[in-house]
Amino acid sequence: MIPVGTRALLVEVAGQAEVRALYAEALRRRAAGDFHADDVVPGARTVLFDGLASAGSLARSLPGWTWVPESGSDGPVVEVPAVYDGEDLPAVGAAWGMTPAEVGRTHSSFEYTVAFCGFSPGFAYMTGLPPRLAVGRLETPRTAVPAGSIAVAGEFTAIYPRSSPGGWRLIGRTDLELWDVHRDPPALLGPGVRVRFVEAGP
Amino acid sequence: MQDRGRPGLAHLGVPRSGALDQPAFKLANRLVGNAEEAAVLEATLSGVAVRAGAACHVAVTGAPAPVTVDGRPAAWGVPLEVAAGAVLRVGAAERGVRSYLAVSGGLMVEAVLGSRSTDLLSGLGPPPLRAGDRLPVGDPQGPPAALDMAPYPAPGDDIVLEAHLGPRDEWCATRTLLEAAYQVSPDSNRVGLRLSGRPLARLREGELPSEGAVTGAVQVPPDGQPIVLLADHPTTGGYPVVAVVAERDLPKCAQARPGARVRFRLLPPTGLSGGRAE
Repeated sequence: MIPVGTRALLVEVAGQAEVRALYAEALRRRAAGDFHADDVVPGARTVLFDGLASAGSLARSLPGWTWVPESGSDGPVVEVPAVYDGEDLPAVGAAWGMTPAEVGRTHSSFEYTVAFCGFSPGFAYMTGLPPRLAVGRLETPRTAVPAGSIAVAGEFTAIYPRSSPGGWRLIGRTDLELWDVHRDPPALLGPGVRVRFVEAGP
Repeated sequence: MQDRGRPGLAHLGVPRSGALDQPAFKLANRLVGNAEEAAVLEATLSGVAVRAGAACHVAVTGAPAPVTVDGRPAAWGVPLEVAAGAVLRVGAAERGVRSYLAVSGGLMVEAVLGSRSTDLLSGLGPPPLRAGDRLPVGDPQGPPAALDMAPYPAPGDDIVLEAHLGPRDEWCATRTLLEAAYQVSPDSNRVGLRLSGRPLARLREGELPSEGAVTGAVQVPPDGQPIVLLADHPTTGGYPVVAVVAERDLPKCAQARPGARVRFRLLPPTGLSGGRAE
């Protein structure tokens, strides 16, 4: 547990399963009124408690919390229709040792879980790709990645909710509406949501 | 356009946003009898001019700037009565960066996710204003404040920011931040106050896994030039945060002009945890 200024605490844990479990426990306790925080923000290996009414009392109570990491998420499942025709398909295929057509079949064969969001509203960092399939980012990011692009970088898969600059490797696209301010919650893919890509043909 | 922003959605990647100089923003609203968090205009350096559609009270706070009503000089930092059809002009900031213009009743454009703030990073909220835009105004909430002068510290060009170390101070030569003086870069915006000066050397190899970041975080990108994250900052990031600017000093960041000198002073540890051990 590391203080971040006077109104926030950052809690470091071992991995994704621990982040999920601690985040769920934090939401449960916040809803029960155990503490007040404006924001509870999961990261890759951390949970940030920000805008705390009393950082001191949370710092005292946190060591007494218990949470049980589960190997998988029990969050809701979202099916993402995917067309695997991304610009970087040949490069990713080369890195994965397969043909471009096999990249789509391989990528859609795993179940993913949203670990955390960031970069832009509704941009979800999904885990589920085996470590052997990790690829690096582009040397030079693209100035504009189209909305709905399905991309991979490192251990993560993501879908760009809207057009933005980006350095991830593009393998496909979806027409699913990932971000809608009139929906509650506005992000289709929030932390803990499980994602299945369904290959929808070219 | 700015109000209190969008707290509570950081886990979905939504920046908090909201007025950068919170005390000046709240003061402007109090002066015209609004709730403290009504939507106001945040003018950056060059000022703004508006024509009143109906008689109202207005107040200008934040960066001191010349104020006129139909060309006649008017006071800054006090409630002003403006007749229907009159033009209120806030000139270029004389010191500081951001002036706030509150209107009695508040600006009532459509709220997005509970806020009327323009978020420059993610594009949420009303787009930045353009000449000719018409802004709906709400009903007055109360009488304007009866006071002659509201206290407000003048923004300077020699700024000291008090900060707490961490959470990732051991990733960089953080001493440098405390010893060197920095200059505010012209690239600064609502996302971050960019500083240039002696770079902070990186002490650790590898990448920090992405983690949540707070407003006021002093982030160190690979070039070693520190950035103080402001209201529109991304909610998570992978650059180490070596210090966090005290909340009371964030208004100084909002008002720091390009070229201003910035130094950091260390605050004692908060004593919130017994140490770094898990």
